[in-house]
Amino acid sequence: MSSRQEGTVAHVHRDDIGARMGMWLFLFTEVLLFGGMFLVYAFYRFQHPDQFRVAAMELNTGIGTLNTVILLTSSLTVALAITAVQKGNRFLAVLMLNITLVFALMFMVNKYFEWSAKISHGLYPGSKAMLDLPNGQILFYGLYYVMTGLHALHVIIGVVILSFMQIQLMKKKITQDNHVKLENAGLYWHLVDLIWIFLFPLFYLIQ
Amino acid sequence: MDNHSKNNHPGYSTYFFVWLALLAFTSITVTVAGINLGKYTMLVALGIAAVKSILVVNIFMHIKFEEKIFKVFIALSFSTLLIIFILTSFDIIYR
Repeated sequence: MSSRQEGTVAHVHRDDIGARMGMWLFLFTEVLLFGGMFLVYAFYRFQHPDQFRVAAMELNTGIGTLNTVILLTSSLTVALAITAVQKGNRFLAVLMLNITLVFALMFMVNKYFEWSAKISHGLYPGSKAMLDLPNGQILFYGLYYVMTGLHALHVIIGVVILSFMQIQLMKKKITQDNHVKLENAGLYWHLVDLIWIFLFPLFYLIQ
Repeated sequence: MDNHSKNNHPGYSTYFFVWLALLAFTSITVTVAGINLGKYTMLVALGIAAVKSILVVNIFMHIKFEEKIFKVFIALSFSTLLIIFILTSFDIIYR
């Protein structure tokens, strides 16, 4: 027994494919979580097409487009960070992750201004101005707050995870030949981007 | 079998071009939203979103370069979601 252990002491068991597969399984549960909400959205939009259009006119397409560009670019920088680690360029990887975090914060700042503008107009769930609206518009704003809110929560969680990866990268826990953690964090971040790709046209681009 | 990460991922330029394509599709979808296409508006917007997500999943999320089992998993979960949507749409339409 002890001799066998001595013989394998240099070998640390690692299964990167298994790790990525586990991450994907988790991402599928996320897709189902948001998928259920998209289903509710589809159902109510079919029932109230005109009121959804009227309510969506109130949303700021400019901020929505800006946030789309921000998230797409932050996805690029995460992908570049992973490639940089694979090529052994730690400096570039740290830089790219930093830029990603800056983009994520910019997204949240935009979100803050967008939501506070809505709230200052009295448009928030349960407000008097909201309850005076027709049913379809209440449903639209309800879905808007829940879906973009849950998405924003994912952005915040993504920031925490990516900051953690940043520390691991700087402590050299993530290296050229052991970076599956960073890859999985990247997968999470891309999923956040992916969900926004669908939220954006469904909420900001109804004319 | 080597279960460690393989270095067959694309280089910096591939990601950069995919990013440009994603930005181009974003500007297309914003422009098209201003044109009244009637009942096709939603279809076009979702079609563009689908193309964008195929780019993100395949290149940014490396699925194009992963083992086959990953693609099977994605097909299965996507089909599950699609079935839920189709079955529910029958309830909405024939209610």
